[in-house]
Amino acid sequence: MYKLLLAWRYLRTRYIALASIVSVTLGVGTLIVVNSVMAGFAREMHIRLHGILADIVLESHSMDGFADPLWHQNEIRQIVGDDLVGMTAAVHVPAMININVRGEWITRQVSLIGVDEQTYASVSDFREYLLHPENRKQLSFNLREGDGYAKTEHQLPPSGWGYRRLKARYEKEFEEQQRQLRAAQGLPQADDGLPPDPFQAAQSAAGDAATADPAAAGSAAGPPQDPFAAAAAANPSAAEQKFDPEKDQFTGIVLGIAIGSVRQRNSQGEVQDYFLCRPGDDVRVTFPSAGTPPKAVSDLFTVVDFYESKMSEYDSSFAFVPLRRLQEMRGMIDPLTGVDSVTTIQLRLREGANLNAIRDRLRQRFPPEEYPYRIQTWKDMQGPLLAAVQMETTLLNILLFLIIAVAGFGILATFFMIVVEKTKDIGVLKALGAPSGGVMSIFLSYGFSLGLVGSGVGMIGGLLFVANINSIAAGIEVLTGHEVFDPTVYYFQKIPTIVEPMTVIGVMIGATLIAVLASVLPALRAARLHPVEALRYE
Amino acid sequence: MSNNTLPAGATTASSSSVALLTSSKMASTSTPPRGITRLDEAIAPGRTSSNPQSTGRNPQSGPMVLSARRLKKSYRKGRLEVPVLRGVDFDVRQGEFVAIVGQSGSGKSTLLHLLGTLDNPDAGEIHFEGNRIDNLPTRSRDVLRNKHFGMIFQFYHLLPELSMLENVLTPMMISHGVWHYLRNRRQLKARAAELLEMVGLSHRLTHKPRELSGGEMQRTAIARALMPQPKLLLADEPTGNLDQKTGAEILTILRRLNQEHGLTIVMVTHDLKIAAQADRTVRLSEGLVEKG
Repeated sequence: MYKLLLAWRYLRTRYIALASIVSVTLGVGTLIVVNSVMAGFAREMHIRLHGILADIVLESHSMDGFADPLWHQNEIRQIVGDDLVGMTAAVHVPAMININVRGEWITRQVSLIGVDEQTYASVSDFREYLLHPENRKQLSFNLREGDGYAKTEHQLPPSGWGYRRLKARYEKEFEEQQRQLRAAQGLPQADDGLPPDPFQAAQSAAGDAATADPAAAGSAAGPPQDPFAAAAAANPSAAEQKFDPEKDQFTGIVLGIAIGSVRQRNSQGEVQDYFLCRPGDDVRVTFPSAGTPPKAVSDLFTVVDFYESKMSEYDSSFAFVPLRRLQEMRGMIDPLTGVDSVTTIQLRLREGANLNAIRDRLRQRFPPEEYPYRIQTWKDMQGPLLAAVQMETTLLNILLFLIIAVAGFGILATFFMIVVEKTKDIGVLKALGAPSGGVMSIFLSYGFSLGLVGSGVGMIGGLLFVANINSIAAGIEVLTGHEVFDPTVYYFQKIPTIVEPMTVIGVMIGATLIAVLASVLPALRAARLHPVEALRYE
Repeated sequence: MSNNTLPAGATTASSSSVALLTSSKMASTSTPPRGITRLDEAIAPGRTSSNPQSTGRNPQSGPMVLSARRLKKSYRKGRLEVPVLRGVDFDVRQGEFVAIVGQSGSGKSTLLHLLGTLDNPDAGEIHFEGNRIDNLPTRSRDVLRNKHFGMIFQFYHLLPELSMLENVLTPMMISHGVWHYLRNRRQLKARAAELLEMVGLSHRLTHKPRELSGGEMQRTAIARALMPQPKLLLADEPTGNLDQKTGAEILTILRRLNQEHGLTIVMVTHDLKIAAQADRTVRLSEGLVEKG
């Protein structure tokens, strides 16, 4: 009883000891904040990564892909069974996108993905990252009417059909003025002058043969038209007459938002997006054809929407086009049999399905010795990134626990001081018959309660900090003028946090344990004091 | 040997609360009695608190409480061995009030520490109620000090973090476990309060030691020493740090405890006037008991 009473009284009267555990408090608070932010960050990353990646991806090694995805899909369906929720085939190909910005051609290097409008959304959260609210319900590669584009968090400049018509009309007027100007000056009406409309001049025969009716191309069933025949039939001059930018669009393309925009700070230091193109504009996409040697295939596409996963890596490199159109353009459809090829098959599995087991079963069916595929789960594909975050968290935890250990030595020193100060009292207690163990446990329970107070205050502080982390970040921004959490880097509007109760408890136990360990030596010293010498101590 | 020279009103102790001490001792094997009126009744057999002579106390022939034989103790100062006690024989009988006197360095404090099992003799034996105690294991000696020896010191040695009441309760907190203490805390607190009242400090229960005078602190220390109903009170210069009047008050309390309750007291002092108040004086000189 006297142990607890004395430990309690020491706790309340020895402020120097409370000062010595401030570092425990700070360490615990920091640990909780760091762990919460890292956990929030990791979860956000998991969601983002998983959002765009299917659970299991079957990927061909070559850009030419593998033939007959339908047969593969049937095989996979038999192997996976009930766990299968969604499946789609897609074509991934590196590509180059040229965007015309006020007469300048800006080039971006992208990964062009041919996707099936109907099934692609079933394997990933792809649809949720599109900006247009209608596209979130059902992806379409057709440019939308109305002001749906404006109803996004980015407040796009006027986009869609309205913008496209205005732009086309203005360009026509400009062209007409130029023609009249030339006529008045007596210049020849030749095409070798400055092309008034870069789009029309650059337009390719292959482009508008199909884009005149993109819906038909997208949903074309059975053996497609021979692309060569179509190209031959399309007379360039006839095509020019047929294509009217006011009414027609090229094949739709969905760009990652960082391809079509630049994120910068304005003179006030606010983060702003400058759009290089917007839905309704046309861009030129160039990519290699299938076969050896690959030839560059180039065509115009009309931007129909942006895609924002908030993973800058994805947002700056992914562009989506209709699968069928891409297959046609790359020559991935056998002209005789009509059998197509794809480069990847993506699976989404039931929640809680054992990804690794299914991956291994698929690998058994398609052994790498016989099939040129790579079969991976999304975690395999993003393994290094996830491991890096995990590693970072572990390192920070070790470093911060070292800080608390340093605090432990502070407690040790303070406790030695207190034991010296209390030498007489220890002697009295022993004279009154307190056993050495009892004297020792006074200081152990003192250390324990100090650790508990220190880590408790740290926990409360840490949790409060986590709860208000965004306001605190804003406050620090105001004070220092530096952005704490730079949205140009992270694409998060807020700092994500998750408080895991087990982590908090673990941190508290660890910190309290360190405080108790630090009090063991002084407590032993107190226990070993000789009562006569302690009483005589001046 | 007469103690009538002491100022009669020097202590504020009331006769009823003094009675408490005796009765509690008697009732220590059964449930401790509570309430002063009941205690007065419990005194009945053979004793009246107002008449110490009627207790039949005979210090010169009572049973032996503590006896030491050929005690030797020396301290080391570097490589030099300094003998402090060089074969001391010392006996205390039941109900005696013995004063140990001697000059500084004569070994009187060391003797008291050895008698109180705070320290170990280099040679010799100490018997308490016929049992040898100097070679007991540490834990048993802790219990012995806690239950049977009361100690008071020159510098009071109260715990500064605890109130007067808590200081008096400390021996009970040490001997009782947490739950046992909490179950009995009302009885224990009542008894501690009564002891403090007996030494005239009923108005100081919740004060901290630093708020009290030296005399008040020493009286609290006496109450603390009496708390576990000891068989022997060891006092190390109890008046050494007090002025004459306060010292006399403390001595009065000790005398009363000795006379009215038969408490055996061994007191160390360097002051011969104070030693004269005791039944018997043992003079130490250079580590030996002086004859005569």
